Amino acid sequence: MSLSSSADAPAQARRQRWLSVLAKAPIARLAALWEGLGPIPAYALLRRPETGLVMVKGRISGSGAPFCGGEMTATRAAVRLESGEVGIGYVGGRSARHAEIAAAVDALGQRADWCDRLETEIVAPLEAEADARRRAIAARAAATKVDFFTVAREAGT
Amino acid sequence: MYVAVKGGETAIAHSLDLVADKRRGDRDIAELSLEQIDQQLGLAVDRVMTEGSCYDRSLAALAIKQARGDLIEAIFLLRAYRTTLPRFGDSLPLDTSAMVAERRISSTFKDVPGGQVLGPTYDYTHRLLDFSLMAADERPTAPTAPADTNRTLPRVGDILEREGMLEPPPQDGASEDLTRQPLTLPASRPVRLQNLARGDEGFLLALGYSTQRGYGNNHPFVGEIRYGHVPVSFVPEELGFAIEIAEIDVTECDMVNQFAGSHDVPPQFTRGYGLAFGHSERKAMSMALVDRALRAEELSESATSPAQDEEFVLAHSDNVEASGFVQHLKLPHYVDFQSELVVVRTLRAEVEARRRQAVLDQAAE
Repeated sequence: MSLSSSADAPAQARRQRWLSVLAKAPIARLAALWEGLGPIPAYALLRRPETGLVMVKGRISGSGAPFCGGEMTATRAAVRLESGEVGIGYVGGRSARHAEIAAAVDALGQRADWCDRLETEIVAPLEAEADARRRAIAARAAATKVDFFTVAREAGT
Repeated sequence: MYVAVKGGETAIAHSLDLVADKRRGDRDIAELSLEQIDQQLGLAVDRVMTEGSCYDRSLAALAIKQARGDLIEAIFLLRAYRTTLPRFGDSLPLDTSAMVAERRISSTFKDVPGGQVLGPTYDYTHRLLDFSLMAADERPTAPTAPADTNRTLPRVGDILEREGMLEPPPQDGASEDLTRQPLTLPASRPVRLQNLARGDEGFLLALGYSTQRGYGNNHPFVGEIRYGHVPVSFVPEELGFAIEIAEIDVTECDMVNQFAGSHDVPPQFTRGYGLAFGHSERKAMSMALVDRALRAEELSESATSPAQDEEFVLAHSDNVEASGFVQHLKLPHYVDFQSELVVVRTLRAEVEARRRQAVLDQAAE
């Protein structure tokens, strides 16, 4: 399954975005949205969910040569729809269900009759919630930003 | 040397039961949940993940619970668990400039672009016990202020680097991994950093402190410390393109140190680097100090202090190895000790015989 040709570039970009959003979503929320879809086409597990490790690399001084920072747990799964589409899920942590749902959404997303609905009902809401979490973190951090006064200003000159 | 001994199975089984009983403590007090440990003892979780070298908050919380709060034992448990898992591969290197920062400070520039963001720090607490925490209570939530989340945070190091004032970090390094290959000396800087990243915080803190007190001083300034959330990108072999598989919390410290120059390079500041999982600032700073100290030879400095001795530092930084070797002394050494007893008894008998002979000889004269 090669996605390298230019005609597939938008499809690859979409999958890339979806899989990233799905992996970073809280599993409880993802599961709730997934179950909210109602009946979905049957799929078979091509690769049963498996937990393993990914070595997280850092860079010297943030921008130099890479080095091994330490590992993290990750879980992967692969599914195949009866219509043939194969979906892949890779998620941080040890949730088999998380990896399986990500793979199933990835597979279904490759079908024109499901793509828009999954975008509206799963991916877009999760993305909006991730943005909101990011904004909440940034807003709390921003409240601790130091406002320095130079000696000159303090002296009123 | 110790030898295998038989027996004691019942005693061992009962000892394990006793550990489990002590772990639970007073049954009238609610049992700790992993969520409570993760949420309310989060910095302990961060340390266990960092030195256990495995990012998984709930596993670290479980290890802390199982070890009854003994963090080095918890680190050991996490390290042991990770050996049971297959390796999927390496992530792409973290881009910490894309961090959603909770804290970001520089002690070299007051007006650093992006600002000095204190975040959740103990630095400005009075270190007085807060007795209001003795009882459970409603706690206020933190205040907020408008923030721009679309901007990336420029690195302080990059700004100095553009002026040529700061050495650029090395760009090339062999892809070595201490979990795959044993440590060989001299070690490359990436290998040293991996060793230090999983090294014991206390050991590195003491070594970093020793450099400040003059044992290999390298005049450090905190160029920058940042802590926050960064995405981890990974290229699954089935896909052939990168996806983000998680967002993890990391702390990084870029230390700006004593300048050096040569015939070819005009004087510029040098650097040491520290990176840790979670919010582990003391660890990241200590790591950066020791990383810089270990570059003594590379920077033509005299290496006369413990923190500059690569073999000494890298061979003793791992608290799982250190704890194992120190604590193995508790295992039965009966045969070993018996043989030493025999030697010492024989020596003492010989000394006593010589003394008696000397007394007899003296009397005979």
